[in-house]
Amino acid sequence: MSGYQDKIKEAASRLLKEGSVDMVIGFRKGTLPMMNEPCFIRRSEDVHQLVWDSNCGINLANYLTDRKEKIAIVAKGCDSRNIVTHIIENKIKREKLHIIGVPCQGMVDKRKIISLFGEEILDVTENGDDLKIKFRGSEKSLKKNDVLQENCATCIHRNPVLFDELVGELVTEQTGVDRYADVNRVEALSPQEKWQYFEDLLSPCVRCYACRNACPLCYCPTCFVDESRPQWVGKSQDPVDIRTFHFLRAYHCAGRCTDCGACERACPVGIKVRQFTSKLNKDSFEMFGWEAGMTLDQRPPLDTYKPNDPNDFIK
Amino acid sequence: MNLMEHMGIEPGRLQFSWISSAESTKFVDVVKTVTASVKALGPNTNYKKQAVKVA
Repeated sequence: MSGYQDKIKEAASRLLKEGSVDMVIGFRKGTLPMMNEPCFIRRSEDVHQLVWDSNCGINLANYLTDRKEKIAIVAKGCDSRNIVTHIIENKIKREKLHIIGVPCQGMVDKRKIISLFGEEILDVTENGDDLKIKFRGSEKSLKKNDVLQENCATCIHRNPVLFDELVGELVTEQTGVDRYADVNRVEALSPQEKWQYFEDLLSPCVRCYACRNACPLCYCPTCFVDESRPQWVGKSQDPVDIRTFHFLRAYHCAGRCTDCGACERACPVGIKVRQFTSKLNKDSFEMFGWEAGMTLDQRPPLDTYKPNDPNDFIK
Repeated sequence: MNLMEHMGIEPGRLQFSWISSAESTKFVDVVKTVTASVKALGPNTNYKKQAVKVA
């Protein structure tokens, strides 16, 4: 992983020096442990800030929307799929981008780590699959694979799908993972139980819209929840309004979501926001054989018509 | 529709139909079956908002 970091710095410095890009989008250390933040490097003197470790879960494609300058962007598998989606949706031009591809080995879920220990974590360092957690006066170690983000644990597209250069060897993709275990579990419930499941799931929601802001798909200049003329959805804390926001936002991501987990990562109260989008991802895959952002050459199923599109729901 | 039923809307409450303006008999049939199936399910109290509590 640290090898990645040096390669990223080297690439960023080279691209900025030769002037082929105006800006590099990557990660730098945050002010809290396990909280790397996106950064925008415009001068080659600043590339030392760039880092890469298992806390780079934020989806950087989110920062490309409608950018006009030449940009180099650090992209893991899911980021690259969102970049493809951005290009397909005319939110950025391919020529404006230099993609520094990072074969990803999964990102850790800081909530899982924090919940394992009662004391304040001061620092987390990693060496391959081993994480060292530092507390005041003591130290513990963990295996990274035990604390991966849920979407990373079941990810089958860790390698970038679109890149101009790579910072390391492509990694072996996982096989035999059940990506839709959660969806299948909910599908087996009765309608009342399903309703209750999502009622409980959403009960802590404060409607801060962090999930929407972290999502690279949510780039509308005015989101439907912010619109007041007409007002599409109630703005209150009523469970019905909260639910309406979540399932409508999910619908807007249908056939576009790459399951990057940015929404879940951003949620301040730890709601499993992916429970909505996973169902749509499963449907897209089962009905159209579609996984978002895998290729520039194919239009998404929801903006094309095929005579054999499934339409059993129309009576 | 799949997501709606996935999060707990009963099957049969939400229905889609394609009816041409010339298909009056189909329209009548569809309205009859939809109303019958929704009546059988009863009122959808899940989607009823609670009255605002004022202290």
